[in-house]
Amino acid sequence: MSENDKPSGRDEAPVGPPPQAAPHVDEAQGPRQNELVSGSEGRSTLEVVEVREGMFGAHGAGDTSGYGGLRRPVAMPGAATRPYGSWFDEAVDLLAEVLEEQGLPLSTALEFVVVDPPGDHAELTLHVRREYLVQVCQALRDDQDLRFELSLGVSGVHFPHDTNRELHAVYHLTSITHGRRLRLEVSVPDVDPHIPSTTSVYPTNDWHERETWDFFGIVFDGHPALARIEMPDDWPGHPQRKDYPLGGIPVEYKGATVPPADQRRSYS
Amino acid sequence: MSSTTGAGAPHATKAPYDDFDGSIPTFEASGGDWDEIAAEASEIGEERIVVNMGPQHPSTHGVLRLMLEIDGETVKEARCGVGYLHTGIEKNMEFRTWTQGVTFCTRMDYLAPLFQEAAFCLGTEKILGITDDIPERASVIRVLMMELNRVSSHLICLGTGGNEMGATTIMTLSFTAREEILRVLEAVTGLRMNHAYIRPGGVAQDVPEGIEDQIRGILPKVRGYLAQLGDLMLANPIFKARLVGVGNLNLAGCMALGITGPVLRSAGHPYDVRKSDPYCGYETYDFDVPTSTDADCYSRVVLRIEECYQSLRIVEQCLTRLESTVGQPVMVADRKIAWPAQLAIGSDGQGNSLDHIKEIMGTSMEALIHHFKLVTEGFRVPVGQSWQTVEHPRGELGVHLVSDGGTRPYRAHFRDPSFNNLQAVAAMCEGGQVADVVVAVASLDPVLGGVDR
Repeated sequence: MSENDKPSGRDEAPVGPPPQAAPHVDEAQGPRQNELVSGSEGRSTLEVVEVREGMFGAHGAGDTSGYGGLRRPVAMPGAATRPYGSWFDEAVDLLAEVLEEQGLPLSTALEFVVVDPPGDHAELTLHVRREYLVQVCQALRDDQDLRFELSLGVSGVHFPHDTNRELHAVYHLTSITHGRRLRLEVSVPDVDPHIPSTTSVYPTNDWHERETWDFFGIVFDGHPALARIEMPDDWPGHPQRKDYPLGGIPVEYKGATVPPADQRRSYS
Repeated sequence: MSSTTGAGAPHATKAPYDDFDGSIPTFEASGGDWDEIAAEASEIGEERIVVNMGPQHPSTHGVLRLMLEIDGETVKEARCGVGYLHTGIEKNMEFRTWTQGVTFCTRMDYLAPLFQEAAFCLGTEKILGITDDIPERASVIRVLMMELNRVSSHLICLGTGGNEMGATTIMTLSFTAREEILRVLEAVTGLRMNHAYIRPGGVAQDVPEGIEDQIRGILPKVRGYLAQLGDLMLANPIFKARLVGVGNLNLAGCMALGITGPVLRSAGHPYDVRKSDPYCGYETYDFDVPTSTDADCYSRVVLRIEECYQSLRIVEQCLTRLESTVGQPVMVADRKIAWPAQLAIGSDGQGNSLDHIKEIMGTSMEALIHHFKLVTEGFRVPVGQSWQTVEHPRGELGVHLVSDGGTRPYRAHFRDPSFNNLQAVAAMCEGGQVADVVVAVASLDPVLGGVDR
């Protein structure tokens, strides 16, 4: 098995399950205005999170190959179609049922569902619209057949190329009762980085939301005390964002100078 | 969003003196004359004072800062201040290859480095899709190293916890026991901490010959030290007077605050990731998960000692498996991921394998190119994200990895159990005595390197 073939293959033509009758969550993809890559089978739309230039990954040297002009969008795994496999279908159906009872159609609450990575170790990601995040969390925690009673925190991801969805907050939920793990992902634009706080459902998310505010600048509305937690209170900027420099100074060692890590030749 | 506009919209950081109307007298002790402050306070007859404990206090396990509002000896409010050890490890990992990432995450929780390494590597392997291709011997070595590390980490918790209460013998005893384990870790990885030993695809190097006998030799010693620790602590009336019924946190509190590990198990929940979501083949090992229902600091000490014995049970099973897998690979077979070089003992104690150097420098140009590309550029990991948790000595350690298909992590986030568990300080300390704060914090066993990352 050649692992090096995998990324390029998956970048452009992700292999998903064959197309089925469109699930109701597919409607949710209509209004998404950002740059989309049309995938082949199964996964209809992919969100562009990065644009890779050139052929060999290294930058800063003169281009003698002519491949330097290549531009390839990199897209995260897109929406999955039914069946999701494993217990995923059952859980999504249950969630739909619970939300339906509260008068909230699943297609309104969720943008789409992702099942990734492919294979036996797939994980379920529900992309939730921020307005309905707290309600979805409440349903996931309180319904006895879902019972995601343990939250393992929030982490942020900054995708500067994902237009109007630059900031992602990722919630990691665990159901000890049923032995299941689930990920919620909420995407918000950089210009309006507001997400309702989930501390009313999961009090443990208190510090994790503070950390995500500190590092990414996502504002969790309704949080009891959204102050910075790792950086000093008067720190400018949010260090984990991609537009925030790593920093560092060149280090001289035995006559040679080693540049800081973000200025070295890289192959990404 | 309508909820984010208009008057009263929540904003991020509240200015420190927003609500200050000047009616409450405040005193600052920094640089002032304590006598004057005490005199002024006694005039008002107000005994509620705010005490800043740390970040340089010997009882706060490193650079934890506690802000205690006390009334006499009673803690009315307790708040934590963290961030003094923040070094941006997660950000730095975005600028290094996936293999180099191991050398960074091992430095987070410096008392349990192998758990961060294992979690990071398991998460990377999940995105690579090679979880099932990891050789058995590599998984056995990972389990062996993690369990030895669990014992050494628990020993620090017990020892420093005892030391903070004035029981220096407990500290010296547990550090002596830890030393035995560190010698094994040094023999296997070359280092006592910050090992960078577990790598994506397997482990950096096979265990040295004869390590099984060395570990068998220390097991009775470590058991002996644990028994001595138990004798010193568990029936000691002074020790029990300080710990029994202190730092109570019941099951509902643990679940709400997301507390895992020995603190959750002391409240009666037998949740252990090794049992509920096994990794590295933990489902094939025979061990028990000790629990208690007392939910106090004393029961957490009992559980940690018991967990050490259980870990040593797993270590013994690992030794049998190590002996039956001698000579088998410790790295994934895929040469596009496996680190190309092996180490060998040179005149300086350690060095590159001469056979490997002979091959790449003398016989195979392709092997040289391959070595160079893999070491400088690294391997590419498919686009996607993964979430992997392991049972860390302090609770559930989660790793969230995002790859953009490049040779470096696009984002690496560690959900450190110490970070999360420190949220319980308020619930455990408020209403208790000032002296109990030290005991309660010690029973959470926070390691600030992991908290701040």
